Amino acid sequence: MPFWNRELETMPREDLEKMQLSLLRRELRTMYDASPFIHDKLRSVNLLPEDIDSFAKFRQVPFMVKTDLRDNYPDKLFVRPYDDLVRVHVSSGTTGHPTVVGYTQKDIDNWTESLARGMTSFGLSRKDVFQNMHGYGLFTGGLGAHYGAERVGATVLPTGVGNTDRQIQLMQDLPVTCLAGTPSYMFHIADVCDQKGLDIRRDTKVRMALAGGEPWSESMRDKLYQRTGIKAYSCYGASEFYGPMFLECTEQQGTHVWADLCYMEILDKDGNPCADGERGQIVVTMLQKEAFPLIRYKINDVSSLTWEKCGCGRTHPRLARISGRMDDMLVVRGINVFPSQIESVIGEMPFLAPFYHITLTNERYMDRMVVDVELDEHYLTDDMNKINAYSAQIQARLKEILNLKTVVQLNLPGTLERFEGKAKHVTDNRSYD
Amino acid sequence: MNEYIITQLSIFVNNVPGKLAAVAKTLKDCNVNMKACNLAESTEFGILRAIVEDPDQSCEKLQAKGLIVRKTQLIGIKITDVPGSLYGPAKALGDGGINIEYGYAFTGKKVEGLFIRVDDPEKAITVLQQAGIALIRAAEI
Repeated sequence: MPFWNRELETMPREDLEKMQLSLLRRELRTMYDASPFIHDKLRSVNLLPEDIDSFAKFRQVPFMVKTDLRDNYPDKLFVRPYDDLVRVHVSSGTTGHPTVVGYTQKDIDNWTESLARGMTSFGLSRKDVFQNMHGYGLFTGGLGAHYGAERVGATVLPTGVGNTDRQIQLMQDLPVTCLAGTPSYMFHIADVCDQKGLDIRRDTKVRMALAGGEPWSESMRDKLYQRTGIKAYSCYGASEFYGPMFLECTEQQGTHVWADLCYMEILDKDGNPCADGERGQIVVTMLQKEAFPLIRYKINDVSSLTWEKCGCGRTHPRLARISGRMDDMLVVRGINVFPSQIESVIGEMPFLAPFYHITLTNERYMDRMVVDVELDEHYLTDDMNKINAYSAQIQARLKEILNLKTVVQLNLPGTLERFEGKAKHVTDNRSYD
Repeated sequence: MNEYIITQLSIFVNNVPGKLAAVAKTLKDCNVNMKACNLAESTEFGILRAIVEDPDQSCEKLQAKGLIVRKTQLIGIKITDVPGSLYGPAKALGDGGINIEYGYAFTGKKVEGLFIRVDDPEKAITVLQQAGIALIRAAEI
């Protein structure tokens, strides 16, 4: 197993946490002096950077939220003059307001180091040709992946977004071994290859992919592998951090969150830390950022983190697949439910088509959740025992995953509504009169 | 195909009021005549199981109208209108280790009996014939 920075990547947890705490104090001291925004945040709870002698103490620092970035548009949070900046990215932002991110040379170096470690961990090396199908430009994905792949010595083919015919032509003509792009675009490539009678296994050398930029699932990963032989590795990041940052290794058991660059908290709805492996809201502190601070930032994503040592030998904590956004979260009988959890259960069941709908109602303020799923047409049978067994299986699995009793309605093939583009999966008919 | 194998159409409908009427209307429009039928429902959806004239062609016509239809193989046991006539065939199947999934009665112009769905129709036919039980031919319905 090759490493980019073996000593650091395999450091014992105890040492890593010690390092995190000291980096945390240093970052807070720098930002306390340089950023009126961070200064005020610490003053508001009567803390000085030197007071932070534990993670528990650090949790007293108020959160940073998306609206802080919006309110300080474009560059009021920058703590370095433009003379010190070597680059600026602008993210479109899902909320509709752009976020401007500045980078010093050190910021670019940290970002690239993070990706070089991650890319090495899934097997990318100087022997590879890396076709980068992420957008170049204001979006961080394209240049980020480009720099990371160059750093590990791979040959980068900067195709950027779009022009699928040319992408496929180059995949065949050049010895491309690794793709980078969004998972949905990789499926599009697979579809077009099918139409052209091309077999990615036979007609190209592509065997792996770095997939990110949008939510996807374990079953999509399996399907992509079955169709194309491409092993896809997940990636997590956001322009506020730097860009795409944390990647999966060959174990595919979550993205390695480099503890020397990022202190990641997973919090429950009351703001208390979740147990190892327990799902909650992600809160990010970047430990070595220079151009502008990111301290206790609520990114609005939900997942779990584990410090359990990875099979690859790396000791840094691992972040599970993002299981939803706080915005998508439903609260049913006091339990947090994410539509993506239901999606993952459907993905596990071969007899289900990938369509679903959730309906919420309440009677005397008691919530009721109905999940409509659709039988795959190959599994349609007039054997009621089998049909009943299917629905019992889904119901049991949903109960296990959601910790909530749901009513499952198995629908006939082709009868659930299909949506073009973003599917509307939830109807909430609860009333509180 | 074995002359004792009878093709049944299973028409699937979601459990919504008025769905059976919609199916019945389609049967009428397609001019499909049912000789015997049975309604089964689970919490999930309903199934109209039907023995029709010319099942292959009827199936195509119904599918063309957007119905979800599957063909299933049944066998028909001749049963006479006297007490105890179910005992012989039921015992023969039991002794032969054959499991009956479901069944429904049929009274036709020429024959009367019971249509049953079993896991292995060919084997069931052999077992019943060896026990001297009379079976309904597809052509007799």
